[in-house]
Order: sequence, then structure tokens, then C-alpha cells
Amino acid sequence: MTWLGVFSQLLEIVAALLLAPLLSGWINQWRAWLQNRSAPGLLQPYRMLHKLFNKESVIAEHASPLFRGAPYIIFGCMALASAIIPTLSTDLPLSPAADAIALVGLFALARVFVSLAAMDVGTSFGTLGARREMLIGFLAEPALLMVLFSVTTIVETLANRDLGIHPSLALAGVAFTMVSLAENARVPVDNPATHLELTMIHEALILEYSGRHLALLEWAASLKLFAYSCIGLALFFPWGVAEAEAPLALLLAMPALILKLAIGGALLALLETLSAKMRIFRVPEYLATAFLLAVIGMLVHILLAA
Amino acid sequence: MTELVGQLINLLAAILLMLSFAMISQRRILSLIHLFTAQGMTLVAATVLVGYATHQPHLYVSAGITLALKVILIPLLLYRVINRLDVRWDVETLINIPMTMVIGIALVIFAFNLALPISKLSVSVARGTLGIALACVLLSFMMMITRSKAVPQVIGFLSMENGLFFAATSATYGMPMVVELGIALDVLVGILILGVFMFHIREEFDSLDISHLEKLKED
Repeated sequence: MTWLGVFSQLLEIVAALLLAPLLSGWINQWRAWLQNRSAPGLLQPYRMLHKLFNKESVIAEHASPLFRGAPYIIFGCMALASAIIPTLSTDLPLSPAADAIALVGLFALARVFVSLAAMDVGTSFGTLGARREMLIGFLAEPALLMVLFSVTTIVETLANRDLGIHPSLALAGVAFTMVSLAENARVPVDNPATHLELTMIHEALILEYSGRHLALLEWAASLKLFAYSCIGLALFFPWGVAEAEAPLALLLAMPALILKLAIGGALLALLETLSAKMRIFRVPEYLATAFLLAVIGMLVHILLAA
Repeated sequence: MTELVGQLINLLAAILLMLSFAMISQRRILSLIHLFTAQGMTLVAATVLVGYATHQPHLYVSAGITLALKVILIPLLLYRVINRLDVRWDVETLINIPMTMVIGIALVIFAFNLALPISKLSVSVARGTLGIALACVLLSFMMMITRSKAVPQVIGFLSMENGLFFAATSATYGMPMVVELGIALDVLVGILILGVFMFHIREEFDSLDISHLEKLKED
């Protein structure tokens, strides 16, 4: 562990915390533009966080300590997850502590706590949201793990080869996009902007929260989106990330990351505008397709490379 | 250059496999026909590329026949059939679709394992794709089994023929011309006869559900 490693680790955490709301704002702006609405300002998420942090937090009478503690745990999980993923540099002191399974486990931990907290107060919406969240989660996790496994096997065997056409990588990319849309409550599975009670999932989970707790949960949702985008970028577009031997590349890594995130965010908004929200009972089929694409990607790679 | 062509053929093979899965998971007959047309186009492109890479002019001819038959003529015939029968929408499957996909993955693994020793014997530029072709054949076969209506079954049959054609192209640079012409004619005549059959089934039972055919006598 070098001082430089510690520095890049700290820089990465701070960058994730600061950039995550900006990414959400950017996506909202693009969504509004694409839907012919006048867009909220780019800094709107920060204003919202500022407002919520200054407000009083109202908590239901029968809420247990778990309800109070859950936002901090969820926020911690997401912050740790964005610290593990190599976004700016590969020289991270924290990254040996966790592998792909631990990363997926972190997301799962956050999911369990948000669902428990939603059920804690005992309103019907919270319970409904928790059930749906678990339904999506238990189908999305194997698909995400499969994507991570297949991409790592593909990349390992590709490491010393020339640039070429790799259909298996494209299949894994599509699968990853599908899983991250489902995991981040984006449009084909859930609508992040809705408060329509019968269709909401993520909003139903955090309906009972207010004030600083709600701010933490909103920030955690942004961080989750940021973390998933960074996983995608690290897996499929890893150019510009600073390596351990080249510390000066850190200077270049930041603009590269912001550029990639900006393009990715605009594409996500486009994808969300083009697709319609699907019925909840179609979600298993959607996630089964993602799982299938990841498996087929790996199989095709094994067959064609042999 | 040859390496690039080889990679392109691999890409097309992967697209073929994806299209087979898309056909399995498709609920609408109209989209099924679109997917079948796309599969035909991919097949044409793959055949032309193999012909180009190996300097086999007769592959261009078979690509042309595929284009005329499977991309233009048969989809048109199928369109007319579903328009006349008024069955553009729903397809009933016997097993639910996620389950079908999981079985599909098992079939693909089986096909790949089966093809590995065979493709090691071959020296063709596209030998790696034999497994994919075999998987396409098995997947179309499964589609014929899991669908209860007549039109999707016919499309499954046609897509199985596509898979066989791709297997022949990738493993042995295509079949002799006589055989290819014979198969093409057979498929064309087959689709005409099956079309007539569909009208008869419909007239007899007021539905295209072939489970009606299992009874020998009227109750």
C-alpha cells in the first residue's frame, strides 16, 4: 500500500460521492429534453439533497431502530461499492478486500435492509414494494454474477490478443445493460419518476422516509446508479483508467471518466424514453433473457476460441 | 483479411443463435415471421462470406437461392397465410417462456459439446460455427415441440432447415448443387402443402390448434 494508492482511493470515494448526484441530474435533464419538456437544472439533485438534509425527519410511531439505521447502512454499502470498483485507478488499497461475489453481496445487503425497513412500519405500500424488490433482486443477482463471470473469462483469454470482433463480449454487454436497468429501477422495470401507487417499486420502498433519512436514501440510489455505470465502463470501455505503474495518468482519468459517464447517461435517457414500462409479471422473463445472454456469451466464446 | 472474414462469420453465427432464441421467446406470429426473415438474411450474408473466403463460386449461387426463397418468397407466403387466417397475434406455448429458455441453454451446451470433436476434424474456415448451427437446429426443433399452433410449428420447421443449411456451409463449404436445389424446391413445395393443410385444419376445427388432430373420431 503506497501513499499514492491511498490518495487515489480517497480521490475515488470523493469523486463518487460528488459525481453521483450530478449523473442523476444529467440523466433527468436528458430525459426531459427527449420528452419535449423543459429540463430541471443540472444541479437540481444537490439542491434537493440540501433541502432534505435541512428538514426535520419525521418517523412513524411504531418504527423500530432498524428503520432509523437502515439509511446509514444502505448509504455505507453503496459508498463502499463505489470505492471498490476501479473507476479512476487500478491501484486501490480497498480492492483486494472484495471480489465480484462480495460486490454483488454488498448490493444484496443494501437490498435486504431497504426491504426490511420498508416492511418495518407496516404500511401496505412498503410491504408491496419490498416484495417486488425481492422478486426482481433474486432474479437479477444470478444474471449479474453470470455477466461478471463471463466477461472476466472472456477478458482473461483475450488479454494478449489483437483487436477483433468479439460477439461474446457484445452479448455480455447487452446482458449487463438489461440487468443494470432492472437493478437501478429504470424504465422497463420500474419508473424512477413515478408516484403512481400500483406501479412503483423503489418509491414504495422509501415512501415512509423523510428529511435526512430520505436524503441519504436518494443519495444512495444515485451512488448505486453511479457504481453500476462504473462497473459497465470498467468491464467494456476500460480506456483511460490509470494503472498502478503510471500515477500521472490519474490526471487524465478524471476527464475520461466524466466524458464516458456523460455519454452513457445520455444513452440511458434515450433507452428509457424509447421503451415502455413492462408488466411486473414480464420481469422474470426479461431477467431470464439477461441471464441467457450472459451464458450464451460465455458458451460462444468457449466454442469459437477452441 | 481472412482472419477478419473468419471473425465476421463467427459474428453472424452468434447472431443466428440469438435469433433462434428470440424466436423461441417470441409470442406474436407476425414478429416470428420478421425474425425468420432476419435469420434468412444472416444466413445469406454468412454464405456469401464463406464463399468469398474460400473462393467457392457455387456458394454465391446457393446464397442467391436462399435470398430468393427464405428472405422474399416464403415470408411473403407466410404473410398471406396469416392474413387470410387472421392469426397475426397470439401464440400459445405449452411450457412457459423462461422455462423454455433454460431448456434452450441446456440444448446449446449439449450441441456445443457434440460439435467440438467433429469440428476438430474439419479444416474449414468456419469450423467453430458448426456447434452453433447444431444448436440452431435443436432450438428450432424444440420450438416445433413447444408450440401448439400450426403456423409457429411451420416456422420452426423452416428455421430448422436454415440451421441445417448453415451447418452444411460451415462444415463442408455447402452441399453439392443438385442436393441444394432439391432441398430448396422441397422446402418451397413443403410450405405450399403446409399452407393448404393449415386452411383445411382451420376449416375442420375452427382453430389452428393441432391438439385437435390427436382425436381419431368425433365425440
